Amino acid sequence: MNYRRSYFIITCIAFGFAFLYIPILSMVVFSFNASKLVTVWDSANSPTLKWYYSLLHNEEILDAAWISLKVAVINASGAVILGTLAGFGLARFTKFRGRFTLNAMTTAPLVMPEVITGLSLLLLFVAMEQLIGWPAGRGLTTMTIGHMTFSMAYVTVVVQSRLASFDTALEEAAMDLGARPVKVFFVITLPIIFPAILSGWLLAFTLSWDDLVISSFTSGPGSSTLPMVVFSKVRLGVSPEINVLATITITVVTLMIVAVSLWMARASRLGKAPV
Amino acid sequence: MKRIQSLRRFGITGRGLVVLLPYVWLLLFFVVPFVIVLKISFSDIDLAIPPYKPLIEWTAKNALAIKINFNNYAFLFTDSLYLNALINSIKVAFISTLWCLAIGYPMAYGIARSTPSTRNMLLLLVILPFWTSLLLRVYAWIGLLKANGVINNVLISLGLIHEPLTMLYTPFAMYVGIVYSYLPFMILPLYANLEKMDWQLLEAAEDLGCRPHQAFYKITLPLSRNGILAGSMLVFIPAVGEFVIPALLGGPNALMIGRVLWDEFFSNRAWPVASAVAILLLIILVPFMMWYQSVQARESAGAR
Repeated sequence: MNYRRSYFIITCIAFGFAFLYIPILSMVVFSFNASKLVTVWDSANSPTLKWYYSLLHNEEILDAAWISLKVAVINASGAVILGTLAGFGLARFTKFRGRFTLNAMTTAPLVMPEVITGLSLLLLFVAMEQLIGWPAGRGLTTMTIGHMTFSMAYVTVVVQSRLASFDTALEEAAMDLGARPVKVFFVITLPIIFPAILSGWLLAFTLSWDDLVISSFTSGPGSSTLPMVVFSKVRLGVSPEINVLATITITVVTLMIVAVSLWMARASRLGKAPV
Repeated sequence: MKRIQSLRRFGITGRGLVVLLPYVWLLLFFVVPFVIVLKISFSDIDLAIPPYKPLIEWTAKNALAIKINFNNYAFLFTDSLYLNALINSIKVAFISTLWCLAIGYPMAYGIARSTPSTRNMLLLLVILPFWTSLLLRVYAWIGLLKANGVINNVLISLGLIHEPLTMLYTPFAMYVGIVYSYLPFMILPLYANLEKMDWQLLEAAEDLGCRPHQAFYKITLPLSRNGILAGSMLVFIPAVGEFVIPALLGGPNALMIGRVLWDEFFSNRAWPVASAVAILLLIILVPFMMWYQSVQARESAGAR
């Protein structure tokens, strides 16, 4: 394979990444700005950490972050179980009744506009409450169910594509040697797809942590998540504390992604399968 | 063993049990809700909790009455607001998709043709914004675009303009926000497709006297058709129903159907109307979703 350098392509890539990263970097830079006007640099008093201090003492944001964290962790764990089962089924069982439907049901949430998913889930919860009395009102439970429903679709795609790039020889060999299917899954398949399950968990966590629309429809009083609080603040204009929140988010995500990809690169160098 | 055999008699197998849980979950929380939305879209609005009248009722004479009315749908077609919002949403989503393609294609192409180590680095840089909150990234554009924002400050200090440009709360801001947010969704499927390309085809074409741009139009572009379609669907379909970006960047007059649905539901508490809007939107989007699924199926079949 030849690696060609074309000035046109290099320029496009440079402009594309500038477009993707200038907004992110601007938030990081202005999080250290002393001025309340946010985008007007107050060179006399900046850089400063005062907005970091005020964010970490903002009860409303901290409470919302705690709710978001709880929902995101439960959601990610549930979505990984459901998504792994669905991804495994779709990748390894080529023919079963309902395969087409399952495939469609795991593809549609990826592109479905969130306002539709959110509205339909809320109407379901209301109808269920009328019919069987559960769920009584809306809150963390309904929100978590909503998040799991769309984030399991992402996990399914990740697990399914990992399994598709892997031939079944190892699993078949273990079966030939007399291992029961359940044992084959836990001893052979699970270690193979572990990187996919890990990235699926992180993806499901992030999707839930960031979600605004489905949370707004399915949450109840007293269960405002971080994006809901941020949205109501941002609607009123820019706020220095939101820049700080963005900077912290970006730092955590970057560290996490770099750590995971280094770990995966190392695993593939050690002779395990490439990701 | 005996227990397993007795389960088999009822058509329950180990395989069936594996897919049963996700299957039932999605059926209950993804498919059934649409049936309820459909039902409520035929109901009358009511000043009660929940704010709609039941569709099926026992009348005084102990007879079952089913009252279906198309008032909500008729309403959508008489008030021009809804159709305008729908047409505008499709237009905005379509133009944004073209912009994503124009920016994303050269990037995906460049990444696919770079050396393996650079490639992983660049891919990481494409994926990173996707993992960072969409809400916060859209918010960043408020700071860049507003009257005393970063772009205006830079342009004024360079002496290029004297008065700040009005960019925030305009259609321009909304397009920038949508293209910016959905760009990774265009680049990733395009990259996945271009990465599998056999570049020797291009060398062969060149050896046979084809100019580079001719080779691009005759070989690369047709071969990446599935990647282009998949990326475009991933941008277009959710963008039609987008709520956050028009709400934050588009200003009060940005007519997008996702926003109309949101306002009908939260501000007017008109659940039946909101349901009818959702059904209308679904009818338009489902063919695109099916198209997307068939493109995906072709892509993964080609990969093997």
